[in-house]
Amino acid sequence: MLQLDQLTLTQDDFHLTADWSAGLGSRIALMGPSGAGKSTLLSAIAGFFAPTGGAIRWQGRDLRDTPPGDRPVTILFQDQNLFPHLTVAQNLGLGLRPDLRLTAEDNARIDGALDRTGLAGLGPRRPAQLSGGQASRAALARALLRARPILLLDEPFAALGPALRQEMLALVREVADATGALVLMVTHDPEDARALGGQLAFIADGIVQPPADTTSLLADPPPALRAYLGPK
Amino acid sequence: MKTTLLAAGLATIALPALAETLVLTVLTYDSFTSEWGPGPAVEAAFEATCACDLQFVPAGDGAALLARIQLEGAASEADIVLGLDTSLTAAAAATGLFAPHGITATTALPVAFEDPLFLPFDWGWFAFVHDRTRLAEAPKSFEALAASDLKIVIQDPRSSTPGLGLLLWVKAAYGDRAAEVWAALADNIVTVTPGWSEAYGLFLEGEADMVLSYTTSPAYHLIVESDDNKAAALFDEGQYLQIEVAGKLAATDQPALADQFLAFMLTDAFQAAIPQTNWMYPAVTPAAGLPEGFDTFRPAKSLLLSPEEAQAVRDVALAEWQAALAR
Amino acid sequence: MASRARPLNLPATALAALLLALVAAPLAAVALRGAGLSFGSADWAAVRFTLLQATLSALLSTLLAIPVARALARRRFPGRGALIVLMGAPFLLPAVVAVLGLLAIFGRTGLLNAGLQTLGLPAISIYGLQGVLLAHVFLNLPLAVRMILQGWLTIPAERIRLAQSLGFGPAEISHHLERPMLREVLPGVALVILIICLTSFAVVLTLGGGPRATTIELAIYQAVRFDFDLSRAAGLAGLQVAICAVAALAAWAIVRPAAFGAGLDRATALPAPGGWRCGADALALSAATLFLLLPLLAVVLRGLPGLTDLPASVLPAAGRSILVALASATLATVAALTLALAAAARPSALVEGAATLPLATSGLVLGTGLFLIVQPFTPPMTVALPVTILVNTALTLPYLYRILLPETRALQVDYGRLADSLSMSGWPRLRWLVLPRLARPIGFGAGVAAALSMGDLGVITLFAGERQATLPLVVQQLTGAYRIEAAASAALILVTLSFALFWACDAGGRRAAA
Repeated sequence: MLQLDQLTLTQDDFHLTADWSAGLGSRIALMGPSGAGKSTLLSAIAGFFAPTGGAIRWQGRDLRDTPPGDRPVTILFQDQNLFPHLTVAQNLGLGLRPDLRLTAEDNARIDGALDRTGLAGLGPRRPAQLSGGQASRAALARALLRARPILLLDEPFAALGPALRQEMLALVREVADATGALVLMVTHDPEDARALGGQLAFIADGIVQPPADTTSLLADPPPALRAYLGPK
Repeated sequence: MKTTLLAAGLATIALPALAETLVLTVLTYDSFTSEWGPGPAVEAAFEATCACDLQFVPAGDGAALLARIQLEGAASEADIVLGLDTSLTAAAAATGLFAPHGITATTALPVAFEDPLFLPFDWGWFAFVHDRTRLAEAPKSFEALAASDLKIVIQDPRSSTPGLGLLLWVKAAYGDRAAEVWAALADNIVTVTPGWSEAYGLFLEGEADMVLSYTTSPAYHLIVESDDNKAAALFDEGQYLQIEVAGKLAATDQPALADQFLAFMLTDAFQAAIPQTNWMYPAVTPAAGLPEGFDTFRPAKSLLLSPEEAQAVRDVALAEWQAALAR
Repeated sequence: MASRARPLNLPATALAALLLALVAAPLAAVALRGAGLSFGSADWAAVRFTLLQATLSALLSTLLAIPVARALARRRFPGRGALIVLMGAPFLLPAVVAVLGLLAIFGRTGLLNAGLQTLGLPAISIYGLQGVLLAHVFLNLPLAVRMILQGWLTIPAERIRLAQSLGFGPAEISHHLERPMLREVLPGVALVILIICLTSFAVVLTLGGGPRATTIELAIYQAVRFDFDLSRAAGLAGLQVAICAVAALAAWAIVRPAAFGAGLDRATALPAPGGWRCGADALALSAATLFLLLPLLAVVLRGLPGLTDLPASVLPAAGRSILVALASATLATVAALTLALAAAARPSALVEGAATLPLATSGLVLGTGLFLIVQPFTPPMTVALPVTILVNTALTLPYLYRILLPETRALQVDYGRLADSLSMSGWPRLRWLVLPRLARPIGFGAGVAAALSMGDLGVITLFAGERQATLPLVVQQLTGAYRIEAAASAALILVTLSFALFWACDAGGRRAAA
């Protein structure tokens, strides 16, 4: 259970509060206007941004003093999810062992993850030799290997075309199914939110609303969300 | 590979093995101890007679020697300081760190020199040196030099003993008129270098017509390079003397050995090494006489301020020099 | 985005404290031996001249380096790599050798005046402020070009392609890509050169033309050597450090990180504009090449004739010098990287100060102070080489730090969070992120440190015993013994070895980065 307990995030004039929780297996799309604080919320959960009030708890434990790498979290950034000087296989290997002392078993798992994400045989390549879609797949493959209970997606597929993005979302669902993870995904597109399935949390005016069922929320949006979505 | 390198490194850093033999430590200027200085010959000759280990500790030049001994004070490892000159001995004596040598020597110095603390080991006349292929006729006085278009390079009196010597030379020759002479010389001075070697290098590169050096400098070129074109200009005012001396430190733990070294210093074994390594006149002319070229440029008149006079005028002389050249 | 406030890591704090102590302790040791302190008008004149020449030297070197670095960044031509390496050479020259090289070109009987004479034009004089500036630009232009070129290389390929796709002309590229980078890089470059020139000694004294060109460093020299006034020496040295501290703080305040995203490692050259800009680049490159390489050539030509009968002592001295250079460069690299990583994670005035101030300490005061500290415990000559290594490490660290910092900062911005989220810390982070990504600047920086340690007389003159001469000391001894030709040859060997060490480190870094 991820618990945002009267969480307050402050940066200069910007304030954001959230007070809700979500369980394992939840899939939550975060939507809201630019600058509303979607990425800031993910950063706080991932451990890159310290809350000014309240707490972020996982299974009842306050994560305040837990460094990013030790949190139950895998995060995919908007870009730079892969180290350009390492091979794809090494980039995946970091998800298993940060010192890259990989055993034969580790390598077999890496190959398995590459297979499952449609990257079979691309392990020895450098990220620069991958297409945008392949790079996103590689980042997801590492998330699969890390198998952390929370998967944070900070618009990692924003640069991909619609068809490719649908493919990625399918892959996210597959990874989430395989790891049983709670998924929090920032998106601007209601179609992406529908494709993810599950719930939608709308952020506006400094408040992260508690997540509600995506389909019903989009069918009958409250005024702020309606304004954000615009006329049909 | 790594370990060999490390071993080599440690070997160079490691202390010389402590032996039973007595050690005499002589603090001196750099060029005395270098392979081309008198150091190696002197060390071999003295060790052959003393059953001891003679160790030179190099410390920059003459001025640096004084600074070093003032830094170290009575805690100095050194037993002997060798290489001060008479523009520094008053300050050296004032430290109270030196002990009387008790030696009465007959020397070949062109002036009378008697000092209870310091014993001369060599000497020379400062002079402006030129190359006859570039400058056939050298001026015969500071005033003639100042009136000419000739370019000279000199050393800074604040960092070099020849530079300080020149300051005292002008002062000894012109007294209260020294400032005037410097003002007239200012446009002849190409530049002022930190030490003798930079100045001499510039001269050899052709950057100046003349350089402040010694009357014996041409002898080096004659003997080592068979080049007889270098000459020293002799001035009507006379040439200023540099007398290099050695003294025994009062805090020495080897007083007898130190006395033995000072006595040895005036013998042939030491003195014969001086002309063609230090390129100065030996304090006592060796039995074999002086090498060729050492009699070529002998001035008629020698100038020298006593150590006390030198000490007394140097601050004023420096201020005059700075004022004249700062314009 | 604000990052979590992290405390400065312990090794970096300890290291910074150690460096500051290394600057402060000798100063204190010297000051304690003196009594009373007063500055005269001559001292203030020295301060004014020091600031004047250092500021002008820094500005000229930095400004002149921009067109050269830009031409190198956007042009591709045969021999470009070799030219970049070769143009770095003057910075690695010991000052005294460099001065003689310059004289062969710009001196009274040099090439330039010979040419002017043939044309019936009046001769120019190298002695005076102009000569000091000429020498400082000669010595420091290579450093400026290299540091600025590194900045150009950090502009990501994606940004360049974006600019191209937007149809940016040279003017827009300059405005949107180059100026932000220059704003990040130039203050650091100018600061390092300013500080180097603040403590410049041999160049100013040889080419300054007389006592009107008296710097603080020379005034310190006079205080120690001529007046034996240690408190004045310490006071002047303290003043010098204070000036440097002000300069460092100023630069620290105006340096802003350029907001570039990281790019993937694709080799994309900057667009090479045609027209007059092509001619301008060619002119900048050929002028810089002639200016930097002709004096170097003169050094080589002077050194060649005497190579055949060099004294045997050159060999062990060269060995000791190489040992000192390698040890110092290794220590300085480890220390500078530690500090740069700490500063990139969290800006720190302590680290910045510790990594800059050693450069401003007077070598003479540092040596004298360490001498006073060491002497009660052991005869100084027994620790000559370790002390030399220590001092060289401290004195070369600021260069390395300046070279590493911008790229370490960029690395932190681009990949810090990814590495954090993957629990990469300690050795794995160093092994798999820092070393491979920073191999190029590390190699370059280590090369600079090694070469500078090699050519530096430093404190060895105060500590060395007769059997511990390093190569620069042998060069000095040879000159002091009238053996100008042998000295020129030994200097050539010194320069060649310095250059070889630099080249090995630099090429190693570039290979590791490939």
